[in-house]
Amino acid sequence: MNEALIRSLTPGVLGVLVRRGADFAAAEDAVQDALIEAVRGWPADPPRDAKGWLTTVAWRKFLDATRADAARRRREDLVEEEPASGPAASVDDTLQLYFLCAHPSLTPSSAVALTLRAVGGLTTRQIAQAYLVPEATMAQRISRAKRTVSGVRFDQPGDVATVLRVLYLVFNEGYSGDVDLAAEAIRLTRQLVTAIDHPEVAGLLALMLLHHARRATRTAPDGSLVPLAEQDRSRWDTKAIAEGVEILQAALARDRLGEFQAQAAIAALHADAPTAEETDWVQIVEWYDELAGLTDSPVVRLNRAVAVGEADGPRAGLAALAELDASSAGSSSGGYPLPRHAAVAAYLHERDGDLATAARLYAEAAHKAANLAERDYLTRQAARLNTGRPH
Amino acid sequence: MAKYLLLKHYRGAPAPVNNVPMDQWTPEEISAHVQYMNDFAARLEKSGEFVDGQALAPEGSWVRYDGEGRPPVTDGPFAETKDLIAGWMIIDVDSHERAVELAGELSAAPGKDGKPIHEWLEVRPFLAAKPSTTECTFK
Repeated sequence: MNEALIRSLTPGVLGVLVRRGADFAAAEDAVQDALIEAVRGWPADPPRDAKGWLTTVAWRKFLDATRADAARRRREDLVEEEPASGPAASVDDTLQLYFLCAHPSLTPSSAVALTLRAVGGLTTRQIAQAYLVPEATMAQRISRAKRTVSGVRFDQPGDVATVLRVLYLVFNEGYSGDVDLAAEAIRLTRQLVTAIDHPEVAGLLALMLLHHARRATRTAPDGSLVPLAEQDRSRWDTKAIAEGVEILQAALARDRLGEFQAQAAIAALHADAPTAEETDWVQIVEWYDELAGLTDSPVVRLNRAVAVGEADGPRAGLAALAELDASSAGSSSGGYPLPRHAAVAAYLHERDGDLATAARLYAEAAHKAANLAERDYLTRQAARLNTGRPH
Repeated sequence: MAKYLLLKHYRGAPAPVNNVPMDQWTPEEISAHVQYMNDFAARLEKSGEFVDGQALAPEGSWVRYDGEGRPPVTDGPFAETKDLIAGWMIIDVDSHERAVELAGELSAAPGKDGKPIHEWLEVRPFLAAKPSTTECTFK
């Protein structure tokens, strides 16, 4: 049994402990301890009933910790009342854990950390490595998050939209370490799909699968960024694409469109094109229109301008960009210019034949890039135009 | 979730409000200042936002490559260098607003007469290594 499989039992076991009366923070610590024992011991000596084993060990760890804490007499009583272990309503428990770990009282980074630990079963060290912060900092972030939600009743229904935002963040913004956060986000979203029947949950899973299918082709061996049009489509993961499309179609058929389904639809149209030239940009523009109606995000309208540029020509794209400037002054919240605005303008000007403006805007875009890979890519675009090289 | 560098300058930043050099404070005022900085770092650790904090010696040297097989050239320190970094703190926060809020707190560290220095700190976002996975049409 591998580590991911062991970790998949985390929410179920944690749910059992909480239902038996353990408070969330203590139960979570106990489950972590049990997981560590499992990861160490199971490869050599796997138990017949994995969840039963974990539940028993975690409960024992919880009781040990409780006994050690003599001041907390109330919990001592639980020793006398230890319930017989038996089948638990594991699906409900899992769902409640997602809600709790994405509770609106948590900041996004706290919700992400708590979800990865309490639902994903990752260790604090793994999470700290993934986000490039010291382990002590991540430990504090997690224990603070646990304190924040300690008063929340476990059986209180939550808002699935907050859970989806957290999973989306995990998928989008992982850095490094020995854990593949994108794969972990997919695993957690898959698990959520089995716990709740909701078209947007399916939409998010489809979106993740469709993006993940292209991951190997998005960067060159030297780490530089490969734009969509230049990616080697023969290396896209067709199995993941097929699964994503199937999940998306089932979700769309229920006629309750949401942001993630619309984003997934756009990703599916890209994934579906045998060559970049065969991309159905007209349909993509239509989906961006749907998406703009759902979110009113300037990022969406920026991407829409690119799609318009492909569907109706660069002049039309520039006109769409001008509309965006007029309504939002090209800025997003925080007073910062919209990321990638100059990059999109540069691309459209180049396609329109205005190479000097394009080169200037690529350089400006590189200056404003929020990450290294994009900055290097945009600098290369500017350099390519400045030295008169063909595309 | 973004990392920011809070940069403190020996020279090069605009003049602070309470602009008295440290060697003209009382020893107690210096202790109070150091305590404030330590407490600030400890608070960040507790809130799960602390990544790193370091101080730099005021003097260093300049070094450059001087060609194949030759030792690097060194020079300096230059007394006239306009921008001199004193140290930094790296934080991992949810928003730019939060980074600004924390820099504001750090700048309130007490100086002469126990009054806030109002020192100018530079707040610089880190460049992430790679773009986010979705939300971008050109990849």
